[in-house]
Amino acid sequence: MLKLIAATLGMAAVLPAMAHAECAEVSQGDLSISAAWSRATIGTARPAVFYVTIQNNGSTEDRLIGIETPVAGMPMLHETVLSDGVASMPHADQISIAAGETVSLAPGSYHGMLMDLNEALTEGESFPMTLQFQNAGTLTIDTDVVSIREREAPCAPAP
Amino acid sequence: MLKTIRVALWMTVPVALIGSSVMLWRADQHEQVAAFQPAFSLPDDSGAIRTAGEFEGKHLLVFFGFTNCPDICPTTMSEVAQVMEDLGPDADEVQPLFISVDPVRDRESGLSEYLAAFHPSILGLAGDEAATQAAVESFKVFYDQENDASQPGGYTMSHSSSLFLLGPRGDWLRQYTYGTPADDITADLKERL
Repeated sequence: MLKLIAATLGMAAVLPAMAHAECAEVSQGDLSISAAWSRATIGTARPAVFYVTIQNNGSTEDRLIGIETPVAGMPMLHETVLSDGVASMPHADQISIAAGETVSLAPGSYHGMLMDLNEALTEGESFPMTLQFQNAGTLTIDTDVVSIREREAPCAPAP
Repeated sequence: MLKTIRVALWMTVPVALIGSSVMLWRADQHEQVAAFQPAFSLPDDSGAIRTAGEFEGKHLLVFFGFTNCPDICPTTMSEVAQVMEDLGPDADEVQPLFISVDPVRDRESGLSEYLAAFHPSILGLAGDEAATQAAVESFKVFYDQENDASQPGGYTMSHSSSLFLLGPRGDWLRQYTYGTPADDITADLKERL
């Protein structure tokens, strides 16, 4: 009985920690990137999406200038722009992360558009994404594939 | 938004002078009164032509989008799916529609399987260019094809990003702008049903 209580208490302590552990975080230089996620796709015909949170802990601006991943032949940075109720999706050459700021690639804003998918993205799986920064160099993060119906990052970005 | 309102207000000057109602629709859609009944005649994935008339008695929740859109289209369809779940038994009185503004490509890849991944009730329609244009004009919304070498096929679409609500007699009731939480849409619909 005591063992059972101990096990239950142990689980209660571990489960929340596990939930957070799913949210990978990678740091290099002044930058930390976290909460990388993507939606499952149906086949490979339509482009997938990539969202992430980037934190600049330094005192100088850095810029995200490109993304690369083995799952897509043509990954690009785009921005959804809403103007007078009309959405358009211009290519973003670079995304500035000002000193001390946090920028999220998130629904309705900046996002990675993953074209020429090499494989369908399946819920529950993950894939590596390499982000290229002007100053910090390249950082690679594990990206969680979640439901096609997900509307926000499945785990909280780094505090 | 301020610019829109300013432009819209200037637009009302000639309207007042000539007493025409034709330009009423240019007023900001938030303030627009339900003065028209949008129409469409577009095929579903099986090729059957669907029209506004067949949904009489139901509220229609209409989105103009395209399935190569990776960001706001899936986000909005997720909101619609959530609304349909949260409506419970009232969901029978609401029909969500996804009208493709990229119909050639969407007919090739198929709409049903994509939309069913969000919610089985969402009906996808993709017509030819003329029928699509007619539907868009009838809803007094906007879409355009933009050439962009960085996009699949060398182009992308810009399109109205709101959800549009039609009443059970086909009257235009309101729009929910992009980002309106599912809870707010559900609450508004429940008051109307």
